[in-house]
Amino acid sequence: MSDRLTVLKTYKLYVGGKFPRSESGRVYEVTDAKGKWLANAPLSSRKDARDAVVAARKAFGGWSGATAYNRGQILYRIAEMLEGRRDQFVREVADAEGLSKSKAAAVVDAAIDRWVWYAGWTDKIGQVVGGANPVAGPYFNLSSPEPTGVVAVLAPQESSFLGLVSVLAPVIATGNTAVVIASEKAPLPALSLGEVLATSDVPGGVVNILTGKTAEIAAPLAAHQDVNAIDLTGADADLARDLEIAAADNLKRVLRPQPVDAEAGPAADWTADPGTRRLTAFLETKTVWHPTGSLGASGSAY
Amino acid sequence: MTSTPFEYAPAPESRSVVDIAPSYGLFIDGEFVDAADGKVFKTVSPSTEEVLSEVAQAGAEDVDRAVKAARKAFEKWSALPGAERAKYLFRIARIIQERSRELAVLETLDNGKPIKETRDADLPLVAAHFFYYAGWADKLDHAGYGPNPAPLGVAGQVIPWNFPLLMLAWKIAPALATGNTVVLKPAETTPLSALFFADICRQAGLPRGVVNILPGYGDAGAALTAHPDVNKVAFTGSTAVGKAIARQVAGTDKKVTLELGGKGANIVFDDAPIDQAVEGIVTGIFFNQGQVCCAGSRLLVQESIQEELLDSLKRRLSTLRLGDPLDKNTDIGAINSAEQLARITALADTGEAEGAERWSPSCELPSTGYWFAPTLFTNVTQAHTIARDEIFGPVLSVLSFRTPDEAVAKANNTQYGLSAGIWTEKGSRILAVANKLRAGVVWANTFNKFDPTSPFGGYKESGYGREGGRHGLEAYLDV
Repeated sequence: MSDRLTVLKTYKLYVGGKFPRSESGRVYEVTDAKGKWLANAPLSSRKDARDAVVAARKAFGGWSGATAYNRGQILYRIAEMLEGRRDQFVREVADAEGLSKSKAAAVVDAAIDRWVWYAGWTDKIGQVVGGANPVAGPYFNLSSPEPTGVVAVLAPQESSFLGLVSVLAPVIATGNTAVVIASEKAPLPALSLGEVLATSDVPGGVVNILTGKTAEIAAPLAAHQDVNAIDLTGADADLARDLEIAAADNLKRVLRPQPVDAEAGPAADWTADPGTRRLTAFLETKTVWHPTGSLGASGSAY
Repeated sequence: MTSTPFEYAPAPESRSVVDIAPSYGLFIDGEFVDAADGKVFKTVSPSTEEVLSEVAQAGAEDVDRAVKAARKAFEKWSALPGAERAKYLFRIARIIQERSRELAVLETLDNGKPIKETRDADLPLVAAHFFYYAGWADKLDHAGYGPNPAPLGVAGQVIPWNFPLLMLAWKIAPALATGNTVVLKPAETTPLSALFFADICRQAGLPRGVVNILPGYGDAGAALTAHPDVNKVAFTGSTAVGKAIARQVAGTDKKVTLELGGKGANIVFDDAPIDQAVEGIVTGIFFNQGQVCCAGSRLLVQESIQEELLDSLKRRLSTLRLGDPLDKNTDIGAINSAEQLARITALADTGEAEGAERWSPSCELPSTGYWFAPTLFTNVTQAHTIARDEIFGPVLSVLSFRTPDEAVAKANNTQYGLSAGIWTEKGSRILAVANKLRAGVVWANTFNKFDPTSPFGGYKESGYGREGGRHGLEAYLDV
């Protein structure tokens, strides 16, 4: 080991495809599991939250209008970029969650594989949850899933990276845009993920990552009239209830914190097969009718 | 209306097919019982203001009793083989078909809507809904929600007065098919068809407590949705109440579906078949006196054909027959209640006060009952109250546009997102516009079509969850 002084990274937010500091100028100290200083992370303000919503809304038309195939390609590209920076994330996750190097590596591998899983879902979910409806009349009738819009995501507090990826990927796979609040005490893997997203062809604003106090950032998002849905995974019971009440103001779609499998433990929970639940939570169903006419109604045999 | 070639001789449907008792109780645990506090309320015919019956009024204590009955019934009902639950629902569907004329007349009397609609729309759809979900009861493993999807428990359901029996069917059929038990509160102005449904449950031999019917007011609805032993809340009604429910269930495990208000845009492009579009516009806003959450209450017409279209529309409105809802030729029936009439009147007056131009066909309103003439507003801007607020009455606001982009922007410029209509002969334009509309149901070259296989529900503040089709099962399953 040389005694070269390392170059530290200034961790910054990821909003609208750019890397701003918090407009408030505030930071907070992030430590590893043993309390050793790792970095200062931006302490986002309500204004940062509102700026992120504006960016997410602006990106929604393009992202939701992109072909599912294109979205799949981009999500797969995220996995590719992560694979190349695997060592960095193993180090960050090990520091953030106090894991051994091998355990952290398993977590990062699972997170990369999760992007691949959701990359494949983009052009399949529509067939699985949509389809033609056999109405009793001369009508073509088709139901298709569509993204809800801008989704505020409270990432899990414990699983700083695999948990984060597990809640974020399904939101954007289906064409929504996201404002993510990273784990409060372990925000660094999330901020580094922003750097990966920026180099993975994800259009700016599709994912916006904020760090700071979850309750402080989540309150304005839950009350925001231009946010369509909120994932409360990272909220404790009291905060989740308060945010759900605020979310009722414009009838946001709310995904409540899911009960964690007590036996497997909170960390293990994120390794389970995610199913389609997180994909469907932020999808609307649109049903389109059109008359078919009635060719052959007079008894033709074709 | 003055003498026109369209004047018809009276053709009333016979009332004798339905026998309304002078009083009804609450239907709890398979029996009709009085309210705990003995309260009753009268239900009137909106077309004549005649009192039809006196009905027990549920309070919080009755809600508790009904939820307990439903909880008790849940154990056995949910454990029944799906095929057996299915047969109960098939029985109910068949009895509804047998009694459909009686129920149609009853619904017309209690609600005020034309017999033509209850007979040809409401009742066929009610029977079809039970028939459809009956078939799901033993096929839930194949519905795409994993093996053995479990029911939630007791469903607390609150329904509106605009399609009383149809909304009951939308709520009860999927709930029972999936193995839940039900406490349902019909609206205070239209309790009768739900009470007749209780009798149908008796005829079908449905086990006690599986379906409980609690006529009452908003306080009973609030007590029901707030009840700690209710696992599922399903509400159809106003957005304001929907939001209150969303707040009320915050922090609980209750699963919720909300089907709320709308301000549907009916978009007519310059290449639309005008006569068909006019029929669709009329269906869109005057079906059920416009008291429809998915009504096409905003007409967006391309500027180049605005004049021609409005001329045709006004000509068509002049032929609508308003009057006795039991008359088979009636197009426009009564408004459901004095309160609703007052709300429609106030909003229409606001439209005028804000500068929109009001037009109605010459139309004589009956001297008793609650009536509102078909009304059309032109010179409406997006800022006008009548272009933003749900009127829930026979009032159409006309706006114009020049380009498809402008049409989409205006159509989506609303807090709601329930329905929309598109009229054009160009297929690619239909698909492009339908794709951009933020609405749960889009009718292209048609309007106000419903089917049990077709999911229904809104975007944005029109609520969440879907009723109908495979999608409608999810609301009642623990998935």
